[in-house]
Amino acid sequence: MVVKVYGPDYATTKRVIVCLIEKEVEFETVHVDGFKKEHKQPEYLKLQPFGLFPVVQDGDYTIYESRAILRYFSEKYKNQGTDLLGKTIEERGLVEQWLEVEGHNYNPPIYNLVVNIMVPALFGEPSDPKASEEDEEKLGKVLDIYEERLSKTKYLAGDFFSLADLSHLPFTYYLMNQMKKGYMVRQRKHVSAWWDDISNRPSWKKVLQLYKHPFESLD
Amino acid sequence: MVVKVYGPTYGSPKRVLVCLIEKEIEFETVDVDLFKGENNEPEFLKLQPFGAVPVIQDGDYTLYESRAIIRYYAEKYKDQGTDLWGKTIEERGLVEQWLEVEAHNFHPPVYNLVINVLFAPLTGAPSDQKVIEESDKKLEKVLDIYEERLSKTRYLAGDFFSLADLSHLPFGHYLMNQSGRGTLVRERKHVSAWWDDISNRHSWKKVLQLYKYPV
Repeated sequence: MVVKVYGPDYATTKRVIVCLIEKEVEFETVHVDGFKKEHKQPEYLKLQPFGLFPVVQDGDYTIYESRAILRYFSEKYKNQGTDLLGKTIEERGLVEQWLEVEGHNYNPPIYNLVVNIMVPALFGEPSDPKASEEDEEKLGKVLDIYEERLSKTKYLAGDFFSLADLSHLPFTYYLMNQMKKGYMVRQRKHVSAWWDDISNRPSWKKVLQLYKHPFESLD
Repeated sequence: MVVKVYGPTYGSPKRVLVCLIEKEIEFETVDVDLFKGENNEPEFLKLQPFGAVPVIQDGDYTLYESRAIIRYYAEKYKDQGTDLWGKTIEERGLVEQWLEVEAHNFHPPVYNLVINVLFAPLTGAPSDQKVIEESDKKLEKVLDIYEERLSKTRYLAGDFFSLADLSHLPFGHYLMNQSGRGTLVRERKHVSAWWDDISNRHSWKKVLQLYKYPV
């Protein structure tokens, strides 16, 4: 039975899809319309009780939370596709560290920018410049730390591509494109080179080719 | 060389300490005073560039982010102490799922309550009433989902204690005690029983005995 991934339009789901492509795991997608609030309906809530994207079904096994799903498939298919966890327990520890950094330091401000800038823009409504200023400042500080790190190692956990780098793809894509804040990355030499490297991986290019996102009208 | 854990007074480092005790790993602690801003000093930032606690040093290996540290030790010492991952890859996936739920759904509102209700009076920072109200509401919804889950399984990832349950201890303690919001848990029969179970583990009692909270 092929893996089923719900809500491919959304950034958090794309985190899972790019991982499945790297791990050469076959999957199919099920469209869920977030703007019609299909993810808040009883049928979806049976799968993902918090009403969030994504949720994945692997046969009769259901799992949600994108970063949990990344770890599950990377572990299950350790011997197939790209190695995304590093080779030693210490390397894996660093992958986990930077995955946590992405989840707790990088994602919150960038997610707020999506909600405060891109969602209103989609509906032709004004955004709150003050809220965005604070989030942009927070993100800038995080990117300064990334710049320092990436001046020492090619990727976040070390000199190998891992889940930690992969996890940044979907929302950074918005930052670089529809949000028109690419300067935040381009102003930082090593972050810029790292972004070009990870966003040019065939897996990510495939995700963009196959699945649309809700902010295409802002392209 | 013994594992060094920085900042034992605070919530997040306690997540690491309780895990090390469960895994029967020796450690020592190094105090970091956040109220004095010791976490923003150059020497500390060399270890943890985001200025957060905890950070650990294991010989010449440095690691930060409490939930990364607990995963590292649970993996490294898989064959020692309490099994915190479950027995199969599917069980492990559910541990990962509920660890993420704790991090992204439970922790943020509880953390906001700790900052606005408990720490604001101490630091003289303003307390945001709107954030407190929203956090209380969010937490009720999250705990309703936990109640549903824990009516079906004894612990979050299944019928076995895991990293997912452990991760709730440090800030769950704030919720049940200092924040005055124990009713949110006590009103929910299965969450209440689960809290009593996990907070009465020998490892957690040891953490509370050895390291005080700042509030």
